[in-house]
Amino acid sequence: MKHLLSIEQLSRAEIESILDRAESFAEVGRRDIKKVPTLRGRTVVSLFYESSTRTSSSFDLAAKRLSADLVSVKAAGSSVEKGESLKDTVATLSAYDPAAIVIRHPYAGAAQMVAGWTAAAVVNAGDGKHEHPSQALLDVYTLRRRLGSLDGIRIWIVGDVLHSRVARSNLIAFARMGAEVTVCGPPTLIPRGIEELGCDVSYSLDGVEEADVVYALRMQNERMSESFVPSLREYAANFQIDTRRLNPRQLLMHPGPVNRGVELSGEAIDSPQSLIAEQVAAGLVVRMAILYELLAGNEGQTPAGEGEGSRPTPIGTPA
Amino acid sequence: MSLREALDVRSGEDAHLVLRRTAVLDPVAGIDSVHDVVIRDGQIAALASPGEADGDGAEVVEAEGLHAFPAFFDPHVHLRTPGQEHKEDVETGTRAAAAGGYCGVLAMANTRPPVSTAADISALREQARAGASVPVGFLATATKGMEGRELTEMVELREAGAVGFSDDGLPIVDAGVMRRALQYQHLCGGNIALHEEDPRLSRDGAMHEGPVSAALGVAGIPSVSESTMVARDAALAGYERARIHVQHLSAAESVEIVRAAKAAGVRISAEASPHHLCLTDEAVRSLDPHRHKMNPPLREERDREALIDGLRDGTIECIATDHAPHQPEEKDVPFEQAAMGVTGLETAFAALHTELVLPGVIDLGLLVERMGGGAEPFDLPRPTLAPGSEANVALCDLGAEWTVGEDGYESRSANSWCAGRTLTGRVLMTVAAGQVAFRLRSFSLGVAA
Repeated sequence: MKHLLSIEQLSRAEIESILDRAESFAEVGRRDIKKVPTLRGRTVVSLFYESSTRTSSSFDLAAKRLSADLVSVKAAGSSVEKGESLKDTVATLSAYDPAAIVIRHPYAGAAQMVAGWTAAAVVNAGDGKHEHPSQALLDVYTLRRRLGSLDGIRIWIVGDVLHSRVARSNLIAFARMGAEVTVCGPPTLIPRGIEELGCDVSYSLDGVEEADVVYALRMQNERMSESFVPSLREYAANFQIDTRRLNPRQLLMHPGPVNRGVELSGEAIDSPQSLIAEQVAAGLVVRMAILYELLAGNEGQTPAGEGEGSRPTPIGTPA
Repeated sequence: MSLREALDVRSGEDAHLVLRRTAVLDPVAGIDSVHDVVIRDGQIAALASPGEADGDGAEVVEAEGLHAFPAFFDPHVHLRTPGQEHKEDVETGTRAAAAGGYCGVLAMANTRPPVSTAADISALREQARAGASVPVGFLATATKGMEGRELTEMVELREAGAVGFSDDGLPIVDAGVMRRALQYQHLCGGNIALHEEDPRLSRDGAMHEGPVSAALGVAGIPSVSESTMVARDAALAGYERARIHVQHLSAAESVEIVRAAKAAGVRISAEASPHHLCLTDEAVRSLDPHRHKMNPPLREERDREALIDGLRDGTIECIATDHAPHQPEEKDVPFEQAAMGVTGLETAFAALHTELVLPGVIDLGLLVERMGGGAEPFDLPRPTLAPGSEANVALCDLGAEWTVGEDGYESRSANSWCAGRTLTGRVLMTVAAGQVAFRLRSFSLGVAA
């Protein structure tokens, strides 16, 4: 695997291999010294054209835990504000000979284009409303840890599916791992033709009790002004996941950041069924595994010279 | 009336040619046989028996195995001048047209600034007389500055030589303004060409709305964005007994509406573009903005099939390229940010021959007929090979294979929707308005003794 541009590109076996690797990095996280030398001397560029807390901080920390040199570029405050094109920015950053470029961009296909302009491995950290593969991988990782396997698990993805790259990547990933996926939301926020991705569609929460996992999406405030929903109040009345709708055997997930009292009630967020904190923790180890897979996974030997290739053996050697 | 009289072209030497033993196909004139085509003083002097024409000092082309068609006419191109000459101008755009086998094009008015005054038309006509390889006609905008609010001075524009009117690039959103333009047509004449789209349905869409846009997370332009406007304007044209030409049909529903309107006696004509006839939104999965981003967008297979049916039964009388040149900096950006439009003049015939004729979807005669169908809706003479008419000839090698873009383009821009494709069928030579407008570099001509 040269780049991670989409979940669509990954087979079930490739997903499982990344998750297995993430499991071994989880063990590193329990040590006092949480750093391994795997990517020592290599450079990772993180290039974010949209604001992000979770994704950018966890990719940055993942690169540092692997001992890479990290260059973080945010569009705000960079040459992007002076009108530099994406192509020129990538050319500039590529002059540092990075091993990987992690990119978030507001438009679909941006990561794929960048992959055509640079010799570095490219990681899509979110491209418009298209895909967010590292989010899907960390969500599958979280569920797999809790449930063992996703085979036959019923998952409802609830909310603003139309504007959600998380919904798209996750429904592909969940289905590929054997789950049965239903997307649910007001008809104005369900894209026409989404069922051809291999999911069921529901315009109400009737039937959500059959789900093993309820995955709520962020409802953005500005959707009201565009008449996608008449009001957040009406949205919440029909689609909010609260402890009344959630039964005790169901698990609750959310990609964050949460609008408390809109898509989720405060009680539901803080309930024992909520996996939200586990998702954040999974983000770090899964992103370490992604960088490892792209930069060291295909090599017979790690750049540091230790190990046998398939296992991240440098784990045993604190940097 | 000839194209040279009706439109503007650089004046040069009249062609004196004999195309020896060429397969002549002009379905409208009922010609389908092998002849020596004799072109003298810029006219089709005779279709002689094969091998029997007297060279008489003319250039003689040994054209056995080649096809001569009436040259093509494109009622919808963007020459980008004034204002965006870095993309195209009259000279490069008409060179591209000549290379594609065209003997005439109509240039759209959505330039910067838009072509909205008689002075704008006069200046463009002057440019065409100075440097156009093939006859060009210029449309003027129907509304001032393409703002969709007030009509342009349509009578004066017609007197200055505007062939017709179009706000192409933008729809005329206000039905009241549209109605006034149709009423006023009874005074000024000239067809009104319509880019049919309801921006309130298209919103920020960048591709066809359907399963592919759902999968890509790219906002969709629904088919009803086009079809509702076609229905509205067909109704208005019928009510006002006015005449409209619907540009770049893309949706099955729109084809059905045009068909029904024609059956009801509405004076409506329609065009389809080669990319909509050859591709569907499946191609957009690549998110390649150079080749697959345009408006209207590539739609689904059922739409493509409906367009082909429309070509067959005459609902769609002509093929128009919507040749829309853009420079790399407007295309080397993520799909949703990229400029809309692809070039098409140099590849239209070859692409449609490869994608529709060779697989047997339509026959060659129908393609030739529709490639020349763009003149009549604008009251211009259809190119023909009938003896006595102005010489407008596309000489083609239907067996030649070539890869699009490998030798560059005559157009100033390279955003061809078929870039990199290998096509079968190539224009070797074009005679437009009686003058040799193009000959392929590798194609040499003999001179008679």
